[in-house]
Amino acid sequence: MKEINEYEKDLASIRSIMERSVKFISLSGLSGVLSGIYALVGAWIAYQTIYSPLSPVGYDHVSILDHPASIFKLEVTGFLVLLSSLTTGFLMSLQKARKMQTSLWSSTSRQLMKDLAIPLVAGGIFILVLLVREYYVLLVPATLLFYGLALVQSSRNTFSEVMYLGLTEIILGLISAMLPGYGLILWAVGFGAMHILYGAIMYFRYER
Amino acid sequence: MKNPFESLDKVLEHSVRLQIMSVLVANDSYDFNSLKEVIGSTDGALATHIKALEKEKYISVSKSFVDRKPNTKYRVTERGRKIFKAHLDGLEQLIKQQKG
Repeated sequence: MKEINEYEKDLASIRSIMERSVKFISLSGLSGVLSGIYALVGAWIAYQTIYSPLSPVGYDHVSILDHPASIFKLEVTGFLVLLSSLTTGFLMSLQKARKMQTSLWSSTSRQLMKDLAIPLVAGGIFILVLLVREYYVLLVPATLLFYGLALVQSSRNTFSEVMYLGLTEIILGLISAMLPGYGLILWAVGFGAMHILYGAIMYFRYER
Repeated sequence: MKNPFESLDKVLEHSVRLQIMSVLVANDSYDFNSLKEVIGSTDGALATHIKALEKEKYISVSKSFVDRKPNTKYRVTERGRKIFKAHLDGLEQLIKQQKG
């Protein structure tokens, strides 16, 4: 028979192991902040292309269809923002995993990838269809909604902040569906400001 | 009151076994290497304890190949989940009694 404090130790180790085995803790908050900055830069380029010198905040009746030549420029900007965010997220999480002497590739991270991949791939294809068919008015709501759903879906395997970020993106997506003229500013809030906010919260809570 | 020692499980007395069960109860399935990493145990010790749990039918094993490398996944069985839960309740009561 074991000593009573050994039973206490057992109980404590169960708790921490359950937590560690379920959560992907290598996710870097700082990379979230950087992705937010990339998104803001992208949004600023888009603003210069479409709206400038109109105010970025007011309800705009200007449509991308008034500048058909700049559509390709916006597509490239969006793609570059996505690519640089993914690369930064991957590299900084790899670095965090090394620092914590754990591996980036585990049962937990694979589950996280699976949960993320299904809504993101579906959303990505949907967005490509929107681009091909020129339904530009739905682009911002679609990116925010699918991204938000992917985050909520995957949040059970990582920090709880990810779920709140996801819910915020979903709400912003629904608002932007009702207010198409505010698309760019809502996109900048969702992908820029919110990434910076939640990334900073995660950085201060878990990485310092 | 029921004696809390009765609900404690002999097989789970060992802390590595208890840790393996904790991981499997919290996750759908888990593979050997990930298990090794999260528990921080050696290959040999982990394999021995997994065998013990498998023999008691607390966990089930499924083997497959990923890129021609063997990939072994472990899952907790219903029986294992029940016994694990009873064991935890027993531990909790035991500690409560000692303190109260």
